[in-house]
Amino acid sequence: MNQPSPAAAPDEASFELFNEREQIEQAEKALLAALERQRFDGASIFAIRLAFEEGVVNAFRHGHKELPDKPIQVSWKVKPHEVAISITDQGPGFDPEDVPDPTLDANLEIPSGRGIMLIRAYMTEVAFNDQGNSIQMRYEFSAETR
Amino acid sequence: MASAESRLRIRKENDVHQVEFIDRNILDEGNIQQIGEEISEIIEAEGKPNVLISFSNVDHLSSAALGTLITLNNKVKGKNGQLRLANIDPQIYEVFVITKLNKLFQIHDTTSEAMSAF
Repeated sequence: MNQPSPAAAPDEASFELFNEREQIEQAEKALLAALERQRFDGASIFAIRLAFEEGVVNAFRHGHKELPDKPIQVSWKVKPHEVAISITDQGPGFDPEDVPDPTLDANLEIPSGRGIMLIRAYMTEVAFNDQGNSIQMRYEFSAETR
Repeated sequence: MASAESRLRIRKENDVHQVEFIDRNILDEGNIQQIGEEISEIIEAEGKPNVLISFSNVDHLSSAALGTLITLNNKVKGKNGQLRLANIDPQIYEVFVITKLNKLFQIHDTTSEAMSAF
C-alpha cells in the first residue's frame, strides 16, 4: 500500500516508509489526523505521536544501521478509543531487555537509550516479536487513561 | 554548518547566553544535531559558560533531543559553567519526569526565574 496522505487520514494503513524526514512527517500527520477525527484528546495525541516517532527513529537508527536505503514497514489501526501501531524493520533485531535502565542515577548522564522506555511509559501495551525487529504498541484512550 | 540556517535565537544578557528554539518540534535528527553543534560552539567559546535554554515555543521533543541536552549539560559542567532550562510545557515536562532528567537538569518555570538563579 502507498503511504497514506494526511488529507486521507485513514483509520487503517499499512505501508513502507523510507528514512526521509518528509515521508516520516507525512506519515505522522496522517496518523494524527485519523486520531483527531476519532476525537482523541491532546494528551493522548502527544503520547501516541511521541511513541510513533521513537519507534520509527529506533527502527532506522538501530535496526537499519547497516541498511540505510531499505524501508521499514509501518501499520496502524485507529478505533474510537484505541489505536494499534506496528513498526517492523529489516534488521537483525535486538533484545529490549539488554537496554540499560536510563533512569538509574548511574545512567542519567548517558545521552541515549530513552526511546523504548518512553514508548513503554506512554503506551498502554507494548510487545516485541521474538526476533526483536518488530514493535507492536497499543494505546487505549479512556477516562481512566488520564 | 556555515550554510545551514540557524534553528535558534540566541542573545547574551548578563554573561548568560539565552537560547530559544525556532522549531516547534525538536524531532528531526538532522536539526537536533545542528542545534547541538550551535550550542556547543557557544560553550566552547566561553571559559565558564552560562547557558539558559527556553522551551517556550516547543510543542514536541524526542529522546534524541534529550540526548543532545545531556551532552550539552556534560560539556557545560566540564567547564564549571551552568545550564538551566525554562518555560517547559507541562506535557514536555512530564517527559523529563518519566526519564528522571528533571533530577539532572536545573529547570525553572520562567526565564526571569532562571536568570536570577545564575
